[in-house]
Amino acid sequence: MTYEFMVASAIGVLVGAGIYLALRARTFQVVLGLTLISYAVNLFLFASGRLVVGRPPIWDAGVSEYTDPLPQALVLTAIVITFGMTAFVVILALRSFLETGSDHVDGDKVPCDRQDGLGDAPQGDGGQETRL
Amino acid sequence: MSWAAHLTILPVLIPALAGPLALLAMLRRRVLAVGIGLASLLSLLACALALLAEAGDGTIRSYALGSWPAPFGIVLVADRLAAMMLVLTAVLALIAFSHAVLTRADRKGWHFHPLFQFQLMGLNGAFLTGDLFNLFVFFEVLLIASYGLMLHGQGAGRLKAGVQYVVVNLVGSSLFLIALGILYALTGTLNMADMGLRVAAVPAADQGLLRIGGLLLVSVFALKAAVAPLHLWLMRTYAVSTPAVAALFAIMTKVGVYSLIRVVPQVFGEGAGAAAWVPAPFLLPAALASAVIGFAGVFVARSMAEQAAYAVIGSTGTLMIAVAGWSAESLGAALYYLVHSTLAAAALFLVADVAARRRGSFGDAASPGPAFAGRGTVALMFMAAAIAASGLPPLSGFIGKLLILKSVAVLPDWGWAWGVILCTTFLGVVGFARVGSAVFWKSADCEVPPAPATRHDLAAPAIALALLAAWSVGAGWASGYAGAAAAQVLDPAQSVRAVLKDAVS
Repeated sequence: MTYEFMVASAIGVLVGAGIYLALRARTFQVVLGLTLISYAVNLFLFASGRLVVGRPPIWDAGVSEYTDPLPQALVLTAIVITFGMTAFVVILALRSFLETGSDHVDGDKVPCDRQDGLGDAPQGDGGQETRL
Repeated sequence: MSWAAHLTILPVLIPALAGPLALLAMLRRRVLAVGIGLASLLSLLACALALLAEAGDGTIRSYALGSWPAPFGIVLVADRLAAMMLVLTAVLALIAFSHAVLTRADRKGWHFHPLFQFQLMGLNGAFLTGDLFNLFVFFEVLLIASYGLMLHGQGAGRLKAGVQYVVVNLVGSSLFLIALGILYALTGTLNMADMGLRVAAVPAADQGLLRIGGLLLVSVFALKAAVAPLHLWLMRTYAVSTPAVAALFAIMTKVGVYSLIRVVPQVFGEGAGAAAWVPAPFLLPAALASAVIGFAGVFVARSMAEQAAYAVIGSTGTLMIAVAGWSAESLGAALYYLVHSTLAAAALFLVADVAARRRGSFGDAASPGPAFAGRGTVALMFMAAAIAASGLPPLSGFIGKLLILKSVAVLPDWGWAWGVILCTTFLGVVGFARVGSAVFWKSADCEVPPAPATRHDLAAPAIALALLAAWSVGAGWASGYAGAAAAQVLDPAQSVRAVLKDAVS
């Protein structure tokens, strides 16, 4: 197994899981999915400068080969932005859940989902409370 | 360097300074915050007009940030197109700002003025930058500010739409970064002018990857521009936003169109070798579809704000039909129509707000309501805005659509373009007439709500309509300028000379 294959498959798995979660109905899962996608994007950006092992990014008199420093700067920017955005979307999702009483992305009031394995259709207020 | 040499960065710098200042002033002195915002907007307008005057003779100003030379450092590029967009942004911001202040919409939350400034910083930066990653950063700046502005005023409806808006744009940002990663890996540069030179040298084995990168980039821009099938986020977001904010958002979709116009000829233009004009075949069908969807939405909309939101999609579709021609004539027509459609959409949102404020509990719903005070004036304004948005004479929408029809007539697919533009115009007229007659003509049998204390809120939409009239009167000069801007954009060698003056000898 080469280093490239490992990085590539890690990106692929992260994107696949991220897309699956981002397509779910509830905000928490969507946020997790977006986070996974952003991890994958950061790895991808990092790899876009080619994978070089054990080389310095900054000029050095005794070195003839370098790793590309620019993708590292790009990744840093991307990490900062996605970190801030993730924090924002978490707060927004929480606020939206508290104000509208629904944590579904489409805003519909469905307290419990069968597809999430959280039990049958809602029967009464008490039953929902225990499941949530 | 003299002061004049730093003119290019001022449109980014002024709001970046005014934002924090307004934030500090907001806590105790609202009037001071409003004053800071107004001073910033007026100086932005002055800067933009100065840049417009400079760019008028065809010179391209390139400003190297930190004096790092072009392919290595970040450059700001001010050409005709960028200057035109800057002036449009400043004018639209002044209209939205004055409406927010006059209707006191800025007092419904704490951070309206700082967010407004940061929004302008992102918009101006996106119009000026000559670096793809920097474009991403400014996109994020304007998006983050827009999240805050969109939620301004709170309420369950805004939060619901806000979650969707934020999630969609986060996915868009991720795609943007993936596209940038692919393009950087293949060309080794992020400077747009430099990338345009290097794309042709990409080996044949990597052409598939290059196409994927280009198409991903274009789909991100299409998402921002709300071109079908990536338009679904727009209606709810715009319809529930505070109307003054929605009026400012009228330029947000145009940022996507601008980026397309900027990046595709520069990077994937004639000189791109095998990957030349990669996105071109997909744009026309998408544009036709969004024009149809937009004006069909205008036809069936349930409220005036929703109708205005659909009109934004429809006008973007019409605009993209012209852009998809990629000739100097069609792009010039598109740029003329771009300015018009931005102002027309803003006018529609503002008139919807004016009507909603007078109709009490009926709001801006497209159903017969009370015979409110000042109905005739508001009705006339709505009629003018509807004429502009649907493209009837005498306002500039008619001239813009005429220019588009004329310019696409020489293209092979002109039949589709003509058919869609003419049919959607008819749909739009009927849709606006339906809503207008329901709101302003018919009356429900109910109590008349009290007339508002002031009529100040009529000012901002009146300014927008007056500007539309001016844009029609000055159509000769305006379309000439737009044509020159389009010719400049379609000749990437010009900006390569201006940006890489040291590297290319």
